[in-house]
Amino acid sequence: MEHVESQIAEWRMYVAGAPALNGHDVDELEDHLRHQMAELSAAGLEEDEAFLVAVKRLGDMDTVSREFAREHSDRLWKQLLGPGEEASPAPSGWVEALVFAVGAAVVIEVARLLAGFPDDEPTWFARNLGLLVLPFLAAYFARRRSLDLRGWVVTAAPFVVAAFVVNLYPFDPDSDTEILVALHLPVVLGFVVAFPYMGGTIRSHQRRMDFVRFAGEWFIYYVLIALGGGVLMALTAGIFEPAGVDVDRIAQWVLPAGAAGGVIVAAWLVESKQRVVENMAPVLTMLFTPLFAFMLACAAVVYAVTELGDPFDRDLLSVFDALLIVVLGLVLYGMSARDPSTSANWMDWIQLVAVVGALVLDVMVLGSMVARIGDLGFTPNRTAALGLNVVLLVNLAGAALLSSRFLAGRSTLHRLERWQTTYLPVFALWAATVVVVLPPLFGFS
Amino acid sequence: MRIDKDLVAASATPLVLAILAEGESYGYAILKRVRALSEGELEWSDGMLYPLLHRLGRLGYVTTEWRTPPEGRRRRYYVITDEGRAALAEHRRQWLAVTRALNDAWPGSGALLTTLGEA
Repeated sequence: MEHVESQIAEWRMYVAGAPALNGHDVDELEDHLRHQMAELSAAGLEEDEAFLVAVKRLGDMDTVSREFAREHSDRLWKQLLGPGEEASPAPSGWVEALVFAVGAAVVIEVARLLAGFPDDEPTWFARNLGLLVLPFLAAYFARRRSLDLRGWVVTAAPFVVAAFVVNLYPFDPDSDTEILVALHLPVVLGFVVAFPYMGGTIRSHQRRMDFVRFAGEWFIYYVLIALGGGVLMALTAGIFEPAGVDVDRIAQWVLPAGAAGGVIVAAWLVESKQRVVENMAPVLTMLFTPLFAFMLACAAVVYAVTELGDPFDRDLLSVFDALLIVVLGLVLYGMSARDPSTSANWMDWIQLVAVVGALVLDVMVLGSMVARIGDLGFTPNRTAALGLNVVLLVNLAGAALLSSRFLAGRSTLHRLERWQTTYLPVFALWAATVVVVLPPLFGFS
Repeated sequence: MRIDKDLVAASATPLVLAILAEGESYGYAILKRVRALSEGELEWSDGMLYPLLHRLGRLGYVTTEWRTPPEGRRRRYYVITDEGRAALAEHRRQWLAVTRALNDAWPGSGALLTTLGEA
């Protein structure tokens, strides 16, 4: 008896080692195993014989865990190779990442010298920033996912089109449309990277969710790299300044290269070190979602009570938009990190509070904006802001509806996820509209 | 007789849904029922049932609940949802269409349809 128990414990350890299985799944399989053993023992088998037969009947655990992995890409993505699959030739691939990172850094430095930045700040530099860095990220993924020629062409096409649009449009000097393009182009190109990231498909909803996860993790890594870089620069200044070295000149070189290369390095870290951050990102979401929910609920109440006489001004509007985007990011990321097999819990309620709070604020912002446009007419900035808020409003309304249905037990989490993954292209399309359609519409003013 | 792997895979979902439509159940009991229904002809490796059940859960066809029966260990029960029943009905229509076609293509094997019941 003792012996069989230790055998079961060993088997359990082995099964639990598979990345796609969580504790509950292992419990369930163990329950199955014990059931089978009990039945076999009743039929006259010895305990340890029963154990062997029951294990054999469960089947090859590698195949089973691969099947689990296919079902739970949320767990699988932490380790993109299932057990038994061939590892890629260079397991970490850091050389590859480094080549692309250095490429991005070199290009940004060359562009910087051409622009004479920071003494001079020509607007073409700001407009083209995304085009200087993100092609390297896209190419990195296209190579890593071994896209075929067609995949490479489809990946490259939006960059080429964007390069033409951004540089051939005759923007007026200091025009609003140009600033809007500079703000929206990186977003558009970020979505373009999704294509090679997802291995040359855009239809799979599970892969879209993987991309959301990637974006969240990438952000965390990028912030960490930026913090580390900041410490390094501060210490460099502290050490070299007394020696009479012109630290500003060093910073001029290091910062752009670091910021550009960091984009690729962060992506590489997400790819190869997924397990490390895995524990941190959901914790951060858990921590901040309630805090933001509380803040949003308070803000919604405060503005509902006091706002009416006071119209939103432009700065306040941008703060609100930033807030709404952060909330959407938290909700999306919280959802992507959630274990879909668990039923509704308190976190889902808190998320609903956050979404409803954001929704109320968004409605107020929109109301104020429509009033402004009614008084003063359309401008590029107002149009871009109005569009963004409408896009956010529809998303938040859908999310609020579906998550309350989910909490009421009338819908599934799957529906809610589907809504978000289906909606992702809308953001990309709107950003692309701002880049491509808005400038000619307003005469490049 | 060894039933082809693809056929086993294709029939797995409707079979599990049909078993759950009889009443809530758990992994081991579902497999026993599969064996009984197919008189041992449908051979699954037991472990593969669980990823399938998880898929049905994600699609909203079944809900799960951990419970401890009066005698025995805590285990996960699966309950079919309305959506699951709808999916089952759809599977049933498709399987009937397939068997009817096969039945017509194989004259003399009229027993096939009668065992499946009316459409």
